[in-house]
Amino acid sequence: MTTPVSETKLEPLGERLAARFPGAVGADTRPGYSGWVVEAARLIEFATFVRDELGYDLLSSLTAVDYLPEGRMEVVYHAYKTTGGPALVFKVQVPRVDPVEVPSVISIWPGVDFQEREAWDLFGIKFIGHPDLRRILMWEGFEGHPMRKDWKEAFYEEEVKPFKSRWPDGNHVYAEQKNPYGDNIMFKPGFDPEKWTPTDPEELLYASLKNYQAESKDGIKTDQVLVNLGPQHPSTHGVFRVVVMLDGETIVRLKPVMGYLHRNHEKIGERNTFLLNMPYTDRLDYFNSMSNNWGYSMAVEKLMGIQVAERAEYIRVIMAELSRIQNHLVLIGTLLSDLGAFFTPALYAFEERELILDVFAATAGSRMMCNYHRFGGVVRDIPAEALQKIKDLSFERLPRKIEEFDRLLTENEILVSRCKGVGVLSGEDAVAYSMVGPMLRASGVPYDVRRADPYGIYERFEFDVAVRYNGDLMDRYLIRIDEMRQSVRILQQAIKQIPAGPIVSVKPQYQVRVPAGEAYGRVEGPKGELGFYVISTGKPTPWRYHVRAPSFINLTALEKMCEGEKIADFVAILGAIDIVLGETDR
Amino acid sequence: MTSSEPRPRENQGKESRDRLNLPGYEIPPEMDGQIAITTLDRVYNFGRRSSLWPLMFGLACCAIEMICAQASRYDMSRFGMEVMRPSPRQSDVMIVAGTVTKKMVPAIVRLFNQMPEPKYVIAMGACASGGGPFKEGYNVVAGVDKFIPVDVYVPGCPPTPQALVAGMIKLQEKIDKQSLSQVRWYRKGADSVEIPVPFLGPDLIDPRNIPHIKAKSAELANPPAAENA
Amino acid sequence: MYGQGIWKGLKVTLTRFLQTYWEDLGWLLRGRKRYYSPEGIAHRSGKDNNGIFTVQYPEEDLPIPEEFRYVPFLVYDEKEDGGKDVRCTSCGICAKVCPPQCIWIVRTSDPETGRPVPVPTEFYIDADVCMNCGFCAEYCPFDAIIMDHDYEIASYERNLMNMEKLLKPASYYKSIRPQNYAFQEEARNAKEAAKAAKADADNEAH
Repeated sequence: MTTPVSETKLEPLGERLAARFPGAVGADTRPGYSGWVVEAARLIEFATFVRDELGYDLLSSLTAVDYLPEGRMEVVYHAYKTTGGPALVFKVQVPRVDPVEVPSVISIWPGVDFQEREAWDLFGIKFIGHPDLRRILMWEGFEGHPMRKDWKEAFYEEEVKPFKSRWPDGNHVYAEQKNPYGDNIMFKPGFDPEKWTPTDPEELLYASLKNYQAESKDGIKTDQVLVNLGPQHPSTHGVFRVVVMLDGETIVRLKPVMGYLHRNHEKIGERNTFLLNMPYTDRLDYFNSMSNNWGYSMAVEKLMGIQVAERAEYIRVIMAELSRIQNHLVLIGTLLSDLGAFFTPALYAFEERELILDVFAATAGSRMMCNYHRFGGVVRDIPAEALQKIKDLSFERLPRKIEEFDRLLTENEILVSRCKGVGVLSGEDAVAYSMVGPMLRASGVPYDVRRADPYGIYERFEFDVAVRYNGDLMDRYLIRIDEMRQSVRILQQAIKQIPAGPIVSVKPQYQVRVPAGEAYGRVEGPKGELGFYVISTGKPTPWRYHVRAPSFINLTALEKMCEGEKIADFVAILGAIDIVLGETDR
Repeated sequence: MTSSEPRPRENQGKESRDRLNLPGYEIPPEMDGQIAITTLDRVYNFGRRSSLWPLMFGLACCAIEMICAQASRYDMSRFGMEVMRPSPRQSDVMIVAGTVTKKMVPAIVRLFNQMPEPKYVIAMGACASGGGPFKEGYNVVAGVDKFIPVDVYVPGCPPTPQALVAGMIKLQEKIDKQSLSQVRWYRKGADSVEIPVPFLGPDLIDPRNIPHIKAKSAELANPPAAENA
Repeated sequence: MYGQGIWKGLKVTLTRFLQTYWEDLGWLLRGRKRYYSPEGIAHRSGKDNNGIFTVQYPEEDLPIPEEFRYVPFLVYDEKEDGGKDVRCTSCGICAKVCPPQCIWIVRTSDPETGRPVPVPTEFYIDADVCMNCGFCAEYCPFDAIIMDHDYEIASYERNLMNMEKLLKPASYYKSIRPQNYAFQEEARNAKEAAKAAKADADNEAH
């Protein structure tokens, strides 16, 4: 929520800040904006103050924005308290002159590691104090910083959609034919590929790992093995690569490499109009398109200032909880596959998932890419057979099957011995590393956006926030079973309470008027807090569109969790974090 | 492409069953005289088409539909494709499922090179066939057929598991029409398609394209002075 | 006792294994077909299913829900003399509202007056770019472009669909989306009735 904190019970915050940081901190007064603008030089002090004295220990999102017409770049921070409540938004503005430098807050909140690297990669903002500022989504050696407003991609046609080349004289021509190089590539004029010496793009990556001396005990030199768990691997999490430094079988250092599925979602989002972005959000966390759609429509509805139709709110909750159940089922299936129970739990999970996907297909039109939400409601009502199917599922089949899963797996000695005590992450570490979602709750911190900062109509439902206290792999598995049970509980209540009525509150049109401002809409997706940061300037397309991806940020703690574990456990630990590459790489 | 007239769904079951049990060895008229399918070919092709092992190469969302096609509802092992190997050395078909990004292309080409003959490629989904909805991105390759030869394209976003199975059946039909006397891996010369691995410079560089890039880049640096109308 | 958890899990697997045979036997004894029949498919996709879950595509097919979205197609009404009355007026809304911009339309102009004629000359949809979102069908004011159900469109080449491949009759539209078709026809008839009533009222006024 972007309600300025000064409007809540922390009434004197504005004065407190003005007293503590005279002249360095001021309110953001642009129309439609909220939060505080901090001077770059006092940022570290301010951040320490925010974390220690104000109590905002979870820094959820760090984003960069390029304001080219004003000659400025901005870094936006959203901080939350784990005890609940709205956000504290603060920004740092720096002039857009190379080198663009901002102090890094990594010493205060270690979870900003990957997010700062992403801002460097895509915007060219250097974070002073970051220990390892390398590109994360693109490869080292890539030319330019793609998200800058003056960087045009090779297949650039026009600034915004719809393109004039499609109608009324829409003669089809492949985009490749219009490009000088005949494909989606561009080089500086005068570039000679034969004379170009390929610098190893992996150099910096391996250099960041080799901070260890070869140990020598009693004169025996032991060396460490570098293993590449490459983008192609049997685990189904997608094209994700990890470079691991091993001492025997124990992991000493670990560096994840991402970007193999970087599909330029944010850049394309800036060219799309607000409505056209909706199907693209389906493809972020491709298991839970319903949650993604909800987060995005929430952000835009905040900007537009419209209410959502009552029936649509219930439908949204039903779809989101079905999505959550289906996601956890798949997670358990794939986690067990990674642990070695080759495919049996996965097949059982996929069977239930198919029944849920049938519901999605009958309602939204597609099994996975639902494209179901619109601004002010949903696109279509649930047909009668689909509603009957949902009733059957939530009252009869799913509770039974979840119990069956429990019986199949929970007490299994092999599972217990492989998972208990493995990959432990304490609660404080989890919060410091910006961990969210089931991972955070498995470490003992009961932070669930549905309770901490309720959105939609979640206040009307009775459900518990599932928490476990050991923070190991077993707890992460158990918490998913717990969450599935709570989701079934919410489903049963929602189906009983759903009212009749219209399903969308504004007339559906394809050109929506969105007033200027910024909004951050967040939902508790099955993988964690999924946030959409949208800035509008009143034009048909967003100025900046950023996705706060839980999978991406949850990976920050991967190294911490895996240090000291065996390489065989690494696959299980990675599996339990529940990453999906569409979200990680966007 | 299938004709624009829709097929009546009632007869489809029988049609498909016939198609599966009596593999199509009819040769299209334009190739008559060039290919003769012998009994040995039939046996050889039958063995190959009934045990195609896919390479588990899911990149993005289409990978989930591929897994669903492998799971219990649309069982691909009924067609012999139950063994989904992550290793290219043990697989026959590479199902490129998902968006192909520039960062991933060197890995894809390497994997393709490592597959032993006979090898086939199915481009599953809009992204692998022709760039898909992300075609305009700066990190996206507009279709995997820019780098490796594709045998079957399955459009859709994502294609339902039934569509993927239909694509596999089409591949099986293609295999049926291959003759031992004409196949690439039993002829003299290079017995395998090997593609030079692209590398990541300031942008993705395909080694087969280097002369063209060099020429074009030089041209852009020194635009021809003859600009007069 | 060590191994009890494993035994518990194995019991679940064993139960499910035996249930596959049990269900088949039950159906056999009751004289009903569990496979290759719509009743069997409905049971296997329902909540009471405990046995084999497989739907043997391509011999068996799951019924496709009406709202299912795959690649779009253009609708034409069949005239009595066998001609095609293409509903599309090349207004271009679908091309504007397509998120990946995969629709190319060339609007026809009357060669003499230069005014636009409501029939497209060329209409391309690149099925290798289409993301099956359904916006074109949702925002078409003439119900001229509809999302198809046919997913068996795998081919050996790239799929660029021109107008000839895209045109399908309105009877096909009715067969795949009966409720939508009925709804649209009702709206259309209501509009025509209103227009006729207004014309009558105008005539009477004069």
